[in-house]
Amino acid sequence: MSTVPHSAQTAQAIDDPPLFGADLSFHDVTELVSHHTEKKTPTAWFGAFALANAGLLLLVAMIAYLFWNGTGVWGLNNPVGWGYAIVNFVFWVGIGHAGTLISAILFLFRQPWRTAINRSAEAMTIFAVMCALIFPTIHVGRVWVIYWTLPIPNQMEMWPQFKSPLLWDVFAVSVYFMVSATFWYVGMVPDLASLRDRARSLWRRRVLGVLSMGWSGANRHWRNYEKAYLLLAALATPLVLSVHSVVSFDFAVSIVPGWHTTIFPPYFVAGAIFSGFAMVVTLLVISRKVYGLENIITVNHLEKMNIIILLTGTIVGFAYITEFFIAWYSGVPYEQYAFLNRAFGPYAWAYWIMMSCNLLFPQFFWFKKLRRSIPFMFAVSITTNIGMWFERFVITVTSLHRDYLPSSWDYYSPTAVDILTFVGTFGLFFTLFLLFLRFAPMVAMAEVKYVMPQADPHFYEGHGDGRAGADEPEVAPSVSPTS
Amino acid sequence: MSTLKAIIGDVKASMGIFDGRDDDLYGLLAEFRNPGALYEAAGAVRKAGYRRFDVHSPFPIHGMDRAMGLGNSRVGWFTALGGAAGLTLGVWLQWWTGSVDYPLNISGKPFFAVEPSIPIIFELTILFAALTAVISMFALNGLPRPYNPLFYSKRFARATDDGFFLHVAASDPRFGLEETEQLLRDLGATHVEILHDRGTTDGHDE
Repeated sequence: MSTVPHSAQTAQAIDDPPLFGADLSFHDVTELVSHHTEKKTPTAWFGAFALANAGLLLLVAMIAYLFWNGTGVWGLNNPVGWGYAIVNFVFWVGIGHAGTLISAILFLFRQPWRTAINRSAEAMTIFAVMCALIFPTIHVGRVWVIYWTLPIPNQMEMWPQFKSPLLWDVFAVSVYFMVSATFWYVGMVPDLASLRDRARSLWRRRVLGVLSMGWSGANRHWRNYEKAYLLLAALATPLVLSVHSVVSFDFAVSIVPGWHTTIFPPYFVAGAIFSGFAMVVTLLVISRKVYGLENIITVNHLEKMNIIILLTGTIVGFAYITEFFIAWYSGVPYEQYAFLNRAFGPYAWAYWIMMSCNLLFPQFFWFKKLRRSIPFMFAVSITTNIGMWFERFVITVTSLHRDYLPSSWDYYSPTAVDILTFVGTFGLFFTLFLLFLRFAPMVAMAEVKYVMPQADPHFYEGHGDGRAGADEPEVAPSVSPTS
Repeated sequence: MSTLKAIIGDVKASMGIFDGRDDDLYGLLAEFRNPGALYEAAGAVRKAGYRRFDVHSPFPIHGMDRAMGLGNSRVGWFTALGGAAGLTLGVWLQWWTGSVDYPLNISGKPFFAVEPSIPIIFELTILFAALTAVISMFALNGLPRPYNPLFYSKRFARATDDGFFLHVAASDPRFGLEETEQLLRDLGATHVEILHDRGTTDGHDE
């Protein structure tokens, strides 16, 4: 009997190394993942949550302070009108790229190892995009009219300026947020049903019953579900590539030397994937240990992530060098000055942090031993995100602080409010992520089961005629209900 | 009237919602050992002439649509329509606001041009297509469905864990309690139980 796999995600080939550690059964997967949402809340979780909440409070306080006083409390000056807020926005949006990349692009490329990590990576994406959306919102100054960025009919009969990259950003990032959140929820429905069917208490059963929509694992449902999931992946793939391209248009469409380059969209996308994967590694290295999921999220999976970090880090480093070449080759003195100033001017310290963290450190992943070493990959994942933050800082600040008119040159440094707001977004991020770890199935159970070898109906063909129990003695006839 | 009822019944059946019989009989629920057995059984049940049946598993099973004789999902058509609607909205919104409702002359540039409109057209196309894909998926599945007689079965809770079930609806014209049960047992079902629409299962197994 020949069957055509009806999904983009095929099971493993026979000679591939096993995806998951130990000999997990389907029930083991359910148990390993579900049990963390069912057990008593560990004290350590409360400790971490309190810390994250302190950060969140800090964020709220800083934003309140900002609203009361205006953007003058930030370190912005003339000519540096874009400082921390834009740097942090691009930083968080970039981190928010890994989840959808893992869910959508790796799904289309039939990478079954993604199933172990996609759920937590998607959660991370959504929370990172929430952090990102805060910054442009609070940066507008008159935050109470932020709805002017949306095409809502109003008494002034004014419409947004659709030709502005800043407005494209509003659309790109908010659409990305909505589609990612939808993708995440749809992927979670079967797993919420698994939790519902295990729930002991009535209220838990009710809440999960509503959230899982009465999912019963029917094949008539899986048929539409898989199609919808495939289409969502196909739609999210160009979307994820477009979001950071549009973010890069904020810079590239202007005529500021150092920003006005066509290399920006692909280079920003590579950088986003680079930082996002690093953040996933940071989070997973900790949570797989804390939650005892080493058998599901194996070192092989982390190694694959590190290979992608190596690849995208090299692309980003290559782009840095290309920018220099093009600046020289263009013959434009302003462009040439912008880049020399970047590497050797007053912000050279930031530039070389960026260079070493993004281009140099990931190169150690050429060594198999290092890319399979948990402490080493943890360290590199942290330096990667430091480096990527500095990349955005370098791009934003060094290009602005010395533009065409030397009399307006200035040096930008952040104020305490700038720094504490940024610190506060980590509070928001970890608050949400800890809630996710506590209440949601943190690994896509249905998808993990689906790529296990015993999920293939033809796995059983070596055993008898393919029918269950043709020669298995355990198939004891149960009591006939009609007798 | 009865044809209308039959059509509604068929549409609901395509969503996996089967009507119970007047005597409250909902159908038989058979459990199989593994995906392979379920796959074989689904093919055999279809070959035996049944149409109103469904299989329940913790994950989708390769080739099951074909074994059950189900065609391609229609989610794709709805998604294409949703995408077309988003595209139209994106073009219309930017053209109408910029060149009809409030034309603004900026350096003599055209009121509407394709090039700067692409990002928003693209985003709205994706947004509408994605939301339609999800909404049509749930609609075609008849979800949300808070009440389902299958949930009366204690055993059925394992359908989202590691259980593999085949449910034959009593509303299938070929359904007969004894014959269908025999067929399911012959196919290697490890357990068969009767389901009622209101009330509980027969309780033989508890």
